[in-house]
Amino acid sequence: MKSFISTLALAASLTLPSAVVAKNVTLTTEMKNYRGPGAYLVLYVADANDTYMGTVWMAGGKSKYYKHLPNWHRATRGDLAQVAGITGASVGSGRKHELNIELSDALFDAGYKLHIDTSVEDGRDVANDVVIPLTSANMGKSVRGKRYIKSFTLK
Amino acid sequence: MLRALHKYAGLFATVLVLVLALSGTALSVLPAWEKLQAPRTGGPDLTVADLVVRVSNHYPGVEQIRRSPSGRITAYYFENDLAGAVVIDPATGKGLADYEKSQITRWLTSLHRSLLLGDSGRIAAAAGAAAMLLLSISGLFLVARRMGGWRQFFARTRGPVAGRLHVEIGRFSAAGLILAASTALFMALNTFEILPQENTTPDFPSQVSGEIGLSPAFMPALIAIPVTRLRDLSFPYANDPTDVYTISTDHGEGYVDQGTGEMLAWQPLGVWQSLFETIYMLHTGQGAWALGLLLGLMVLGVPVMVVTGVILWWTARRARPKMPRGVVDHKADTIILVGSESGSTWGFAGTLHAALMAQGQKVHTSPMSRFDAKKYAHAKQVIMLVATYGDGTTPASANGFLDKLDTLETPPDAKLAVLGFGDRQFPAYCAYAKLVAEKAAEKGWATVTEFATVNQQSSQEFARWGATLGDALGIDLELEHNPTPPKSHLLTLISRREYGQDVQAPTAILRFALPRSSLVDRLRGKGWKSFEAGDLLGITPQGSTVTRLYSLASGTRDGFVEICVKRHANGLCSGQLTDMNIGDSIAAFIQPNPGFRPAKNKKPVILIGAGTGIGPLAGFARANTQKRPMHLFYGIRHQTSDLFYDNELSKWQGDGHLESVNIACSRARDRAYVQDILRRDAAMIAKLIKEGAQVLVCGGRDMAAGVAGAMDEILAPHDLSPLTLKAQGRYVEDVY
Repeated sequence: MKSFISTLALAASLTLPSAVVAKNVTLTTEMKNYRGPGAYLVLYVADANDTYMGTVWMAGGKSKYYKHLPNWHRATRGDLAQVAGITGASVGSGRKHELNIELSDALFDAGYKLHIDTSVEDGRDVANDVVIPLTSANMGKSVRGKRYIKSFTLK
Repeated sequence: MLRALHKYAGLFATVLVLVLALSGTALSVLPAWEKLQAPRTGGPDLTVADLVVRVSNHYPGVEQIRRSPSGRITAYYFENDLAGAVVIDPATGKGLADYEKSQITRWLTSLHRSLLLGDSGRIAAAAGAAAMLLLSISGLFLVARRMGGWRQFFARTRGPVAGRLHVEIGRFSAAGLILAASTALFMALNTFEILPQENTTPDFPSQVSGEIGLSPAFMPALIAIPVTRLRDLSFPYANDPTDVYTISTDHGEGYVDQGTGEMLAWQPLGVWQSLFETIYMLHTGQGAWALGLLLGLMVLGVPVMVVTGVILWWTARRARPKMPRGVVDHKADTIILVGSESGSTWGFAGTLHAALMAQGQKVHTSPMSRFDAKKYAHAKQVIMLVATYGDGTTPASANGFLDKLDTLETPPDAKLAVLGFGDRQFPAYCAYAKLVAEKAAEKGWATVTEFATVNQQSSQEFARWGATLGDALGIDLELEHNPTPPKSHLLTLISRREYGQDVQAPTAILRFALPRSSLVDRLRGKGWKSFEAGDLLGITPQGSTVTRLYSLASGTRDGFVEICVKRHANGLCSGQLTDMNIGDSIAAFIQPNPGFRPAKNKKPVILIGAGTGIGPLAGFARANTQKRPMHLFYGIRHQTSDLFYDNELSKWQGDGHLESVNIACSRARDRAYVQDILRRDAAMIAKLIKEGAQVLVCGGRDMAAGVAGAMDEILAPHDLSPLTLKAQGRYVEDVY
């Protein structure tokens, strides 16, 4: 288990040693026109039992708002080390967010799922706006989001 | 320093501050509006448990309940794959209206805090708040200085409209602006996480009961919290036994077990967080709507302050003259030192500087604050042109002068001349200039001319002083300075009455229509001023640069502008005026002359005049609707030819505007001058004076001297004299 976490952490840090076998994936999140300021999104991986494994990306720069990303915050207790170096800007209403990243092969077809929690100022906080199992079959597929996310594509 | 800080902060932030103020004012009404809209609380004892039950009845898919500081309760629900938000009536749990924050509010909020530019905009907005804070604080000190100290902070303001508005609105708004700006800065520091960030959420409990299905109505933790404390309640995910209720109140945040209804973990609000919330409330008025409205009203003063501030800056800037290059101080034989607050004294200094240079003098001009006696080795004279700020305070460009003077062990060899500039409307007329002259005298500093003053930038008084100075220096010094003249307005003649043709003294009473001026001109202090009889009408005739002043025989309330003009043999201005036909126009401006008018009381008034000197006196009589006892003593040539205002005088006497009219005719059979009829009525005049009467004299210099002589004789037996009365403001003259 521990090795998995470290692999994931490496995967997330984007600086993957060439020795590790990894997939180059593009994660595309398209937001709905929810009419409001930029949304905070956090992409993280959990296992089949929904146990948090590690963060892939945090969109939103101000850590004081991270508590509004419910499941992620609950799992990490807002630990900023989880998002160090993998943080970007929040995503505006109707905008598209694209992330190119190398994810360890070990994460695919092993029961892991990618989760996205979202939050918008003055709107409700959403756990699991998107949940998508990390499987080869899901590569290239789009799923609909629950609240602020219109669609999410794994490629 | 203070003024420069105020000026540059203001100019730098003009637009920024304007945007922040206008959007802030618009936002300030929202809390009150929300309060008005919010449904009643549903009873003070309503608990969160009750509320949850009521809301769940109507919205089984409820996920989150929020209560805003105004008391509005919003429920977020998820039904049939659709997310919704609705404003709840807490009394029933029913939805009142779909909730969506209005686009305009959202836009205004974003404009107000980040200029619609994200984080860089937030930094700019914070800089705007910092500028606002600087402006407010430096402004307060400037007002105190202008008013003559903190005790006079709320004293009456004087001067042009722009300056008065700037000060008056500033005094009213300063407290609100300081509050708004300092809280904004605190919030910005918090946003950028420069202030300590506290953990506001408790650690998630390691163990939950794992049960679900307990009705919120029976949850002790929810029963214990009244709705008035509630901020936010998030429901557990449906059918997830590991999840909990997350509740936040104005005390802190905690997790409630969905099986037992017990509080599993609780994180009380930290010190910083509480402080932040208080500051947030003070800034936004959310939860304090009345404060919000008051703050908004105060901030509404900002646009006016910006406009008037820019006008003040521009006016002061324009007043700065371009003067020929002088020489460095240690080579100069004449040093001109300028003590100026708003810049107008520099104009006079420029004229003096140029005139002295034209006479071959080596001149160096600098602010009084740069006074440095050691460098004046070659100087033969030091000339100080000194304005006074507010209630006798040091003007900006003379800061520190008196201290420097004080430290001198011996006075400079160069001789001194001090000329004060001021306005007799102010009680401390030329007070600082006088102080400078006195302190110099105490040091034993020899003078080249006596201390003199110039009232209201009078070019005549300045020219007269220049002639005196020229005599003392042995040069021909002609100072023709026309301080940027007050803006003239075109007056159109509407009537004229002729007198005195057959006594070789053609005279006309000219009546003009009141001109109108634009709002911008009025704000700039360049509009047509309101005036009273006794004020002066300035006219610069064609073909001349020197302005003539005529005493006004009417006030704004009369609805016209009236003067009495005698045509002089070679008089340029009087010629042009008396040649005017009905419908012709002439450019003129008002120069206040507040010293020459009846005191505001009910005591008797003695009006003494001759010839065209009747003008303002007739105006006083016309305005005497209170019918206080006014006695007119009036000298003319002949009853039938130059008794100006003949019809009115008898009318005013009839209706009580004038108690008595006493006329002396110098060309009638019983030759008499006005001083003769004063002597004749000595007993009555003495009696009136003892009752507290005020004497107003208007006319030529010779007449005024004759009248003063007669009054001296009349009053001497009563241990009084025109001089003692003058000291009390009870004997005033307008002499030409």
